[in-house]
Amino acid sequence: MNSLTQYIELHDQHLKTIEAHAPQVLNDLRRHARQALEGAMLPRKGQEDYEATDLNAMFAPDYGVNIARLDFDIDPATVFHCDVPNMSTCMYYTYNDIFHPSGTARKLEGGVVVESLAQAAVNHPELLERCGQLASLDDPAVALNTLLAQDGILVYVPDGFSADRTIQLVNILNYTRPMMVVRRVLVILGRNAHARMLVCDHTQSTEVDCLSSQVVEIFAGEDASFDYYDMEESGPMTHRVSSIYVHQQGRSNVLVDGITLTNGTSRNNYHVVVDGEHAETQLLGMTIASGTQHVDTYTHIDHRAPRCHSNEMFKYVLSEQAIGAFAGKILVQPDCPRVEAYQGNRNICASDTARMYTKPQLEIYTDDVKCSHGTTIGQLDDEALFYMRTRGISLDEARNLLMQAFMADVIDAVRLDTLRDRLRYLTEKRFNGTLANCGACVAACR
Amino acid sequence: MLKIKDLHASVEGKEILKGVNLTVRPGEVHAIMGPNGSGKSTLSSVLTGHPAFTVTGGEVEFYGKDLLALSPEDRAHEGLFLSFQYPVEIPGVSMVNFMRAAVNEKRRYHGQDPLSASDFLKLMREKRAVVQLDNKLASRAVNEGFSGGEKKRNEIFQMAMLEPRLSILDETDSGLDIDALRIVASGVNQLKSKENATIVITHYQRLLDYIKPDFVHILYKGRIVMSAGPELALELEEKGYDWIKEMNS
Repeated sequence: MNSLTQYIELHDQHLKTIEAHAPQVLNDLRRHARQALEGAMLPRKGQEDYEATDLNAMFAPDYGVNIARLDFDIDPATVFHCDVPNMSTCMYYTYNDIFHPSGTARKLEGGVVVESLAQAAVNHPELLERCGQLASLDDPAVALNTLLAQDGILVYVPDGFSADRTIQLVNILNYTRPMMVVRRVLVILGRNAHARMLVCDHTQSTEVDCLSSQVVEIFAGEDASFDYYDMEESGPMTHRVSSIYVHQQGRSNVLVDGITLTNGTSRNNYHVVVDGEHAETQLLGMTIASGTQHVDTYTHIDHRAPRCHSNEMFKYVLSEQAIGAFAGKILVQPDCPRVEAYQGNRNICASDTARMYTKPQLEIYTDDVKCSHGTTIGQLDDEALFYMRTRGISLDEARNLLMQAFMADVIDAVRLDTLRDRLRYLTEKRFNGTLANCGACVAACR
Repeated sequence: MLKIKDLHASVEGKEILKGVNLTVRPGEVHAIMGPNGSGKSTLSSVLTGHPAFTVTGGEVEFYGKDLLALSPEDRAHEGLFLSFQYPVEIPGVSMVNFMRAAVNEKRRYHGQDPLSASDFLKLMREKRAVVQLDNKLASRAVNEGFSGGEKKRNEIFQMAMLEPRLSILDETDSGLDIDALRIVASGVNQLKSKENATIVITHYQRLLDYIKPDFVHILYKGRIVMSAGPELALELEEKGYDWIKEMNS
């Protein structure tokens, strides 16, 4: 069965409604997406780079899509309290996939724009032209997102400006029947523009399956710097396909960090094009998975310019029946001397039933480069566990300390002080089993 | 406090301890000596509950409790401590977090509240002085990048923090120069009291110049084949182990 069929039919039958609630730019892209999906199929388990995850099966249930853009009569700020408090962020919400600027307590200074794509179509039409320039419709999951996307969020930092506060976007899913959210995020940093962004995914409903499809496109201009922390704390019935595309110009510095503390099934794709000299990239990831959590990461870093530096590190701690997967590729194009690119994927399977699939890859077409990849899968060190127990530390606590220690370097790499401290606290709670699941978030995380 | 009766233990199916008998009372210092492979380290591993070793017979009583039925952590809470021959490095776990977890879990076991942060740091400071352990070491990851001497000092520091009733020092002298040996031995002697006891496992008489034993036992082929006063250690230093081997062949 081809899961795409039902969504293509939905599109074809309701095209007028879909288009009526979407800016022209998205409607133009939609036509290309429709073509791209002709005869296409979502990847099935076992296909290349999909060794552990079946996207076709993930989309198979008949998920509803809110094409009439019915809003929910709710103020997210009153039903949700964030896990990362005291950050003085500029907070925005999407409740299901409706953007809520209402959560904004403070306005950003310096011409920084955070608004829905619908608003942006009126206020900044020239910026919206960038939408779809990075995301490839050759990927059926991206094409499907493009086929159904009706709105999204624009973050824009003009040349020479810095966002004075961290931009925080909280995505809340709360449904009473199986629904799919379709999210687009467009981030544009001008020359020498600087910003940091924290995205938190939460699911409040615990009774029904929901699927979140997101495509994020990030443009970093010359000398720009940008941090993007994408933190998932959803629930076991949340399915997610995320594709983050980054384009970096010369001397830009971008950090992308994918954090999964709780989830159901997630496939996270990262595509980074390093397209100007002396650009720097940090691509980081941290996954803690237990129960039947399933986290699959695909990364592709494309070095197209000389003298750039990328550093990639993904770490997983899997326990119980959790499944993790990582496929990472670094590509160094011809005539890109002095590129330094490092990839690491380190994993702990803390139970006999946890599974990790990993595939590191380097593809290098220039001689004078420094590149490496390293992958390990291991267990917790028995001698260290025994040593701690002889000091009176219980086996559970000893395991928690070791797992926490394993994650220390990816937590330390976070460049937001308050988030780093908070992550230490959250991972500690996650490991000792006291991290409230999202349904209970309102009460437990304050 | 400790009564070992006819203890048999094996590792990977091979019997190492073949009927060990030993009684330790509060205030005593026992030295266990013996040639390589006689079972000295196995004895300390079995007493602390290392999962790789299987007890195949006998019993061990610690303050009236069946020691062998307790988990390694509960043995620690009951007051048993092992200074490791090869202390384990634990990258990423700071000494402070490690010791705080250890001290507070012991307190919880005995129904006490956890120490406040300031009381805990005060205790750390106080006990560091016992073995002249540098503050920098205390803020690093457990044993990571410590020299051999620092690791052994760190073991005695942990012993000072946990105030055990029975300490087993497994080859604490190995890898130590004379100065480090003096510091470690002086630390052990400062912690000695009428209520606690020490088992010193060693190859050499040298350590016993600093930590004076009341009894010296020779472990050979999994059994204690001879027990005597401190003079036995001197005799071994002079004559080696060959006469013991001949006597027991």
